[in-house]
Amino acid sequence: MIPSMPQPRAYRLIYTGYIVLFFVYLGLPLAVVAVFAFNDSQFPSLPWEGFTWNWFFGDARPQIGAFHERPILRAIGTSAFVGLCVSALSLAVGTSNAFLFNRYQFRGRGLLYVLMLLPLVIPGIVLGISILVFSSTVANGAWDAVKWDITALRPGLVLVVLGQFSFITTIATLVIAARLQKFDRTLEEAALNLGADRLTAIRTITLPYLMPAMIGAFVVAFLMSFENFNTTLMLVGSDAPLTIAMFDRLKEGSTPLLNAVSLLLMLGSSCLALVMIAFQRKS
Amino acid sequence: MTPDLECSALTKRFDQSLAVDDVSFSVPPGSFFSILGPSGCGKTTIMRMIAGFLPPTSGDIRIKGKSVLDVPPNKRPVNMVFQHLALFPMMNIADNIGYGLRRKGMAKTEITRKVGEVLDRIGLPDIANRKVDELSGGQKQRVAIARCMVLEPDVLLLDEPLGALDLKLREHMKIELKALQAAFDTTFVYITHDQSEALVMSDQIAVMNAGRFEQIGTAQELYYRPDTAFVAGFVGDSNRWAGKVETVEGGTLALRTDGGLLMRATAHDRTLATGDRAEIFVRPEAIRLARSDADLAHFDNRLSGQVTSLLFNGAASRILVQSTQGGPEIEVTLPQSGEFSDVGRGDAVHIGWSGDQSNCFALDGAA
Amino acid sequence: MQAGTRLGFILLLTPLLLWLTLLIIIPHIDMLLLSLRERVGVGQYATSPANYLTFFGEPLYLRTFMRTAVMSVLATVITLLIAFPVSFYIAKIAKGRAQSSLFLLCLVPFWVSELVRTFGWMILLRETGLISTLLQYLGLASGPVEMLYNDAAMMVGLVYTSMLFMVVPLVTTLESLDDAVIEAGYDLGGSGISVLREIIIPHATPGIVSGSIVVFMLSLGNYLTPTMLGGKDSLWFTELIYSQFIVRFNWELGAAFGFMLLILSSVIVWGMLRVTGQTLEKTMG
Repeated sequence: MIPSMPQPRAYRLIYTGYIVLFFVYLGLPLAVVAVFAFNDSQFPSLPWEGFTWNWFFGDARPQIGAFHERPILRAIGTSAFVGLCVSALSLAVGTSNAFLFNRYQFRGRGLLYVLMLLPLVIPGIVLGISILVFSSTVANGAWDAVKWDITALRPGLVLVVLGQFSFITTIATLVIAARLQKFDRTLEEAALNLGADRLTAIRTITLPYLMPAMIGAFVVAFLMSFENFNTTLMLVGSDAPLTIAMFDRLKEGSTPLLNAVSLLLMLGSSCLALVMIAFQRKS
Repeated sequence: MTPDLECSALTKRFDQSLAVDDVSFSVPPGSFFSILGPSGCGKTTIMRMIAGFLPPTSGDIRIKGKSVLDVPPNKRPVNMVFQHLALFPMMNIADNIGYGLRRKGMAKTEITRKVGEVLDRIGLPDIANRKVDELSGGQKQRVAIARCMVLEPDVLLLDEPLGALDLKLREHMKIELKALQAAFDTTFVYITHDQSEALVMSDQIAVMNAGRFEQIGTAQELYYRPDTAFVAGFVGDSNRWAGKVETVEGGTLALRTDGGLLMRATAHDRTLATGDRAEIFVRPEAIRLARSDADLAHFDNRLSGQVTSLLFNGAASRILVQSTQGGPEIEVTLPQSGEFSDVGRGDAVHIGWSGDQSNCFALDGAA
Repeated sequence: MQAGTRLGFILLLTPLLLWLTLLIIIPHIDMLLLSLRERVGVGQYATSPANYLTFFGEPLYLRTFMRTAVMSVLATVITLLIAFPVSFYIAKIAKGRAQSSLFLLCLVPFWVSELVRTFGWMILLRETGLISTLLQYLGLASGPVEMLYNDAAMMVGLVYTSMLFMVVPLVTTLESLDDAVIEAGYDLGGSGISVLREIIIPHATPGIVSGSIVVFMLSLGNYLTPTMLGGKDSLWFTELIYSQFIVRFNWELGAAFGFMLLILSSVIVWGMLRVTGQTLEKTMG
């Protein structure tokens, strides 16, 4: 129990041991993935054949490194593009939602709030297929009615963006609303009192205050989009984002190339996370 | 009679700092004992050691004569009213009060009866099924005390429980706490930084500073005969001058302040010698105000001066007087008889006080 | 409302409504309609519960459905049991720097894709994997041991993947519990167990519920972990949905499956909220 309660030594030892074990459990899979990215072998498994950078920089078969493997690079580009679109969209809608729920009392507010939370409790794969079904219905309808083929509504990047946006927006809304809740509204009133109009007050006072949360929401949205699998799987077309591309490779059998890509992913997301934390600390 | 609570040479060291330094005291049964001190003086540390949440570095704590150092907090015959009360928000009032009884394995009907009884005693018979956050501040206070008292502890510890209340309610709760203590006839140990709480309620008060007890005594003893300069400055308001002892004759001495005023004072058995650096304290209400010097003839300290400001505060109104002989302004209580109701800024007044009413202490490091 | 605030209200309301109707509500209604459609000839459809009858008539589907539900509940319970002591340690025992770094350490694995995490477990558990080699080296096994492709491996993966979503809400609620309340519990004679049962767990209930809901949802809707770590003959319900949609191209049946999954998750989430007296707004919002 809490430190102010005297506890037997054995109890404390066991508890600490458990915590250590837990973090080993958390770290082990990632550590293994990282280490085998440097194995000079065709397989990410023992025996250890020696250290190599080839899985990153190699440009000759059979060891083509991550930086020379075109399909992987393209998939990373696709994922980044999707991620940026999703983050920008969900940040915009999330901010708008946060203001709506924070500033207005209206009939149906409670219901809308629950509806807003729903995407969190709908399995990602169901979100994926429902959007797939609906977009096909619309696309087929357009074709039947005016012989107009809307390719955007067929499986592909647009649907992937919409699918991920549909639930990431909820998270962006919650992150921003949490900070807006803590905002002292008299600050805005003070700005009005000093001669600002409503929009100027929000732009010069409220939005700067919200900035850390908005950056946080953007980064979280980007990372969630980047690593999303379930919803994307149902909506993907010919341009596969990174997780889908890696999944297809993993099914065929893995090489340390996948480890190398994974390690790069880990480094990338850690950097992003650190940037975000630094921003939050600063304010 | 064995004291209910006895601490001897109690010491607590955190890394390098000494939070509680060799503190000893004993609390007789049924009394109200307060530890009064500024925040960070170590009073909370003492309380947490008595409750069992901190092990002392050395020294002993005895309750009803038995050492409790090896007794875990949940088995100690003391209970504590926490600073923010720590009522369990997940339970209703009856379950809060019944919590300790359930731990003792008491039968359900018995618990219900006891909870009802104690609720009657604190004058809130109808709140058993309320939630914690439905109560007012004063009600919560009483429930927190009832939750402990239902267990009939040997000692009840109270950790600044009135701190969160507003002023009016705090005044009211002081009286109520004292009444509750008398009604339950249990030993209370109360810690606070608010002198008026301690003065009003306690049988005995310990003034604590920087990990040590400066003085233990009744409210009057602390107020009129402080043992140390810290107590004199901390309890009540005082005019305070530093200076040098010029003469010592028997029980009286004369002191020349750094501002040049000559003051006579009674030594009150404190050892001061000619040439010592010393500090003198005179309470504003000990100083008499007069229109003419002749009215003050029987005082051994007399000054004349001008009123520089009037600090009106009802019964506690004061004026600041600037002496013609220089020195800092002197705070004087305005008599309530109406005689000086027209006094104003710039008026010439005479002030005087008896040297017996002042307290003089040697200044550390200068003796 | 004044004209200005009214305009603002409409401007803020529009994106919310567009998002919810076009991407959440209508797609689900459309999916329901699709699931109630039966192909009776080429390009000819009729409304009928045929797809649901197929679902209930085919033991494989029903069994997979039940299995997925039970295993997800199990994964949730295991995650909760593992996460609770850890969260308590982070929230109440670790102090200052150690506290924030431990919490951060908990988050790190989840900044990388689930695929990478699953891949890690594959490297560890497979026949030629690290643990198998270690066991042989220690003389505890005579030949390669295959630890992948069974329910236990899948459970390890599911619990691992969801851990963060249990730890974060638990740490948050436990941190909000004042130490003095726990001390008061002891001071009034409580023991470790009774303080845990009567004070700590009731206080942590919102965190437990929201963590459990999210973990349950993630397990139920997981596709990657069961596919990569689970056995060939132990299907997960999402795999059935995937195969109806992508492999067999039988969208009507797939939609019916999707709807069954949605109903299952809603019922369990609703039940969980009901039993613990919580609301969705309070636990998730």
